[in-house]
Amino acid sequence: MTGNIPFNIPFVAVAALISIAIYIIISQRNLIKIVMGISILAAGINLFLITLGYREGGVAPIYTHAPQDVMVLPVPQALTLTSIVIAVATLALMLSLVISIYRHTGSIDSEESRRMKG
Amino acid sequence: MMMSKIVRTMTHLLVPLTFIYSVYLIMHGHLTPGGGFQGGGVFASAVALLIVAFGSQNIHKSLKEHHLSILESSGALIFIGLAFGGLAAVFFYNFLTGSSIFGRIPPTGSNPGDIWTGGVIPLMNFAVGLKVIAGLSAILLTMALATSLKEVEE
Amino acid sequence: MRKTAIVVSLIIFAALLVVTAFLIHPFGDPPSDMDDYIIANTQRETGANNAVTAVVFDYRGYDTLGEATILFTAVTGVVMLFRRRKRA
Repeated sequence: MTGNIPFNIPFVAVAALISIAIYIIISQRNLIKIVMGISILAAGINLFLITLGYREGGVAPIYTHAPQDVMVLPVPQALTLTSIVIAVATLALMLSLVISIYRHTGSIDSEESRRMKG
Repeated sequence: MMMSKIVRTMTHLLVPLTFIYSVYLIMHGHLTPGGGFQGGGVFASAVALLIVAFGSQNIHKSLKEHHLSILESSGALIFIGLAFGGLAAVFFYNFLTGSSIFGRIPPTGSNPGDIWTGGVIPLMNFAVGLKVIAGLSAILLTMALATSLKEVEE
Repeated sequence: MRKTAIVVSLIIFAALLVVTAFLIHPFGDPPSDMDDYIIANTQRETGANNAVTAVVFDYRGYDTLGEATILFTAVTGVVMLFRRRKRA
């Protein structure tokens, strides 16, 4: 347990973000809102990876003019880099699909578009 | 659909600086924070600024999708080729370490940084940067074209 | 009925997440055998000062390969979706 931050507060924040995202995804019917929920879920997972790899008092794991030897873990940061690019690519694809659905059916309601099979 | 003269002038000022910054991020990816993905994202933000300021139709006159497709495929081919280059030992082996090109070994611990280090990593940064630039620019250009006012009216 | 089922399942899910957040290792003190090896040896093995780039392109090259494939697939999907709309 660190001195300044008790009770694993960052992990609780991650749990809150993921819960909010799952709630949005399964309760909303507007496709744009569902895409926003998936984006919040990706943000929560990025925050989880970064907090997982934090080491107390560490600097970025880069040796160019490094001030000290204590560094945070590099592997979660690399995974976060991967995750961000994948999130952007899938976000673009999802928004394109929503635009296409809107042009076919004239609505971005998920129940509506399922019924019309456009 | 162009925006006002103020926005266009500021775009002319900002876009070259953003391009230089993205090239710096890509080429110094093995020394400082940054790399191919981040540099490509910065470059794509400059393309987004151009599209917003000048309109997607005007940008599309000089930047076609198949140019970006060629750029992206060549980036992917360079990346795969570099990965296959280390196949003498194992896939993705860093075969350039210790050679004359990008092959210097930095001193262990904190050091000022030398651009000729990293083996195959700077070249892979370049390839991935090319790929991300082309991919994100193609996504931005296609979505802006498909949702522009002229297209919707047709 | 559907609303209540959603809310109850969500409360259970959120409670499990919070319990996990308290059972995980303390914030700021992660278990780090693999990362200590990478931090200690990245300069000697890859020659790069930036350990994150070394992990992305050298130690975990397969991840980056898959990521590049996903980016390529997404770009292909977006371009294909809107090109067909233009011709129709």
